[in-house]
Amino acid sequence: MLTSKKQLFVWILPFLVLVTLFFIVPLLYMVISSFSNGDGFTLGHYQEVLTSSYILQGFKNSITLSAVSAIIALIVTLFAVYAMMRFSEPVRERILMVSNLTSNFSGIPLAFAFIVLLGNSGLFTLLFEKWGIDSLSSFSLYSWGGLLLVYIYFQLPLSLMLLYPIYYGIQQQWKDAAALLGASTFQFWRKIGVPIMLPGIVGTFSVLFANAMGAYASAYALTGSNYNLVAIRIGALLSGDIFAQPELASAIAVILGVTMIIAMLLSEWSIKKTRRNL
Amino acid sequence: MRKKGFADLFFVFLLLYLFLPILATMLYAFATNWNKTVLPEGLTFKWIATLFQDSSFIEAFGRSVLLSGGAVLLALLFIVPAIFVIVLYFPKYEKWIQAAVVMVYAFPGVILAVGLIRAYAHIGVPMILAVLGVYVISILPYIYQGTRNSLRSVNGKQLLDAAELLGASKAQAFTKVLLPAVYPGLFAGALLSFSVLFGEFVLINLVVGSRFETVQIYLMKKLSTSGHIASSVVFVYLVLMGILTFIISMLTKRSKGAAKA
Repeated sequence: MLTSKKQLFVWILPFLVLVTLFFIVPLLYMVISSFSNGDGFTLGHYQEVLTSSYILQGFKNSITLSAVSAIIALIVTLFAVYAMMRFSEPVRERILMVSNLTSNFSGIPLAFAFIVLLGNSGLFTLLFEKWGIDSLSSFSLYSWGGLLLVYIYFQLPLSLMLLYPIYYGIQQQWKDAAALLGASTFQFWRKIGVPIMLPGIVGTFSVLFANAMGAYASAYALTGSNYNLVAIRIGALLSGDIFAQPELASAIAVILGVTMIIAMLLSEWSIKKTRRNL
Repeated sequence: MRKKGFADLFFVFLLLYLFLPILATMLYAFATNWNKTVLPEGLTFKWIATLFQDSSFIEAFGRSVLLSGGAVLLALLFIVPAIFVIVLYFPKYEKWIQAAVVMVYAFPGVILAVGLIRAYAHIGVPMILAVLGVYVISILPYIYQGTRNSLRSVNGKQLLDAAELLGASKAQAFTKVLLPAVYPGLFAGALLSFSVLFGEFVLINLVVGSRFETVQIYLMKKLSTSGHIASSVVFVYLVLMGILTFIISMLTKRSKGAAKA
C-alpha cells in the first residue's frame, strides 16, 4: 500500500515543481524585493507608495474604474438574464456560448475595436459629427470615459456567465408559492428573490472588480502609459529603461495582490453562501 | 408585462454592445477606405492578402501557436496526471488544488510579470522559458475545471474500480478505460486554455518584449501604423476564436450527453 502511494506521488511531483518554480518562487521574490533596497531590509518602498500622490491617484483611478464598470455590468446583466429566461433552455445555452466567444475578445483586439468605433475617425465619432451632436462627437476614447466603455465590454460576458447559474437557481415553485400567497412579482423579487441572490451578486461583483483591477492590455493599447492606473504604473516602473524601479513596482504589486486576494476570498465566501441558500 | 419589456431593453442593449465592436472591426478589415464616411467606401480583400504575405505576421502567428500550444501540452502532460491522482486517490488533498486554482485566478499577469523578472531575470534563465512556465500554471483553473467535471460526469473512481475488478491492471484501467471516457472534457479544457493564452499580452510584453514577437505584440505594433492591417489581424484572431469556441461547445455538449445516457 505504501509503495503504491509512493508510486502515485511520482505523478504529483512535476506539478508541485511547476507550481513552486513558476508561481510560489516568483511571488516570494516579489515580496522580498518589495522590502529590500541595495543593502538590506526597508519599508521605504511602501512608504513611497503611501506618500506619492501620483501612485495613490493611480490606485484611486483603478478602484473607481473597476467599481463603476463592475456595477454597470452587473445591472445590465441582471436585467438581461431576467429577460433571457423567457427563451427555452437550448436557446439560452446558445446565447451563453456566443457570450463566451466575446469573453475571448479582450486586451489589444478589444481596444482596437473601440478605436474603430469611437476613435478620432471612428464610425460613431463621424456619425455624431454628421448629426451635429457636438457633445458626443467630442467624446475622447483615450480618457476615463473611454476606458470605462472598454472595461464594461469585458465585464459583461463574465458577469453574464456568473449570474446565470445564480439566477437559474431561483425556482419556479418559489414564485408560484409566493404568488399563491398573494405576493406580486415585485414583492417576490424584493422579499425573496433578491435576498437569496444577494450573496451571489456580491460575489460576482468582487470577481468583476478584481478582473478590472488587474487588467492591463486594453488600457495600455489605448493610452500607452499616459492614463494613471495601478496596473499601468507597475508596467511602467518595471519596463522603463531609464527610470526602472522594480522594487517600487514590487511594492505596488504586493498591495494590488493583497486587494485581489481579499476580493477573491469575499467572492468564494459569498458564492458558498448562495449555494447553501439555493 | 411592462417590466419584462424594460428588461428586454437591457438584453438587446447587451447583445448590441457585445457585437457592434466585433462587426465594425471585421468590416474595417475589408474596407477600401473608411476615414471620412460613416460606412466604408468600398470592399476589398487587399488587407487580408497583404497580411498573409507579411512574413513577420506568419512568424508571429507561429510563435503564438508554439508558445500557447506548448504550454497546453505541458499542462496536459504534467498537471492533468496530478489532478487525476489527487482527485481519485487523495481526495482529502483536493482542497489544496482548489486553493491553488483560486490563487492563480486571483493574480493577474501584471503581478506575475513583476515576480518573474525579480526571480529569474538576473540568473541567466531564458525569460521565454519562464513565461512558458507561468503560462502552464496560469491555465490551471481551466485545466482543473475540465478534468474535474469530466471525472465527475463519468464517475471516475467507480469506473477505475470496475475495470480493475474485471482484471485490468492499474495502467490498463487508466489508459484504456478512464482516459477515453474523460477525453472530450479534457480536450475542451485544453482548447479553452489555448484560446486564453493566445490572447495573452501582459506577461510576454513586459517580460520578453519584442524579442519574441507574438500575434498580440505584432498587433500592438500595427495599431499605430496601419488600421487596416490591425483589423485584419483582429479578423483572423476572431475567426480562430470562433472556431475554437464552437469546437469547445460541441465537446462539452457531447460529454454532457454521454453523462446523461
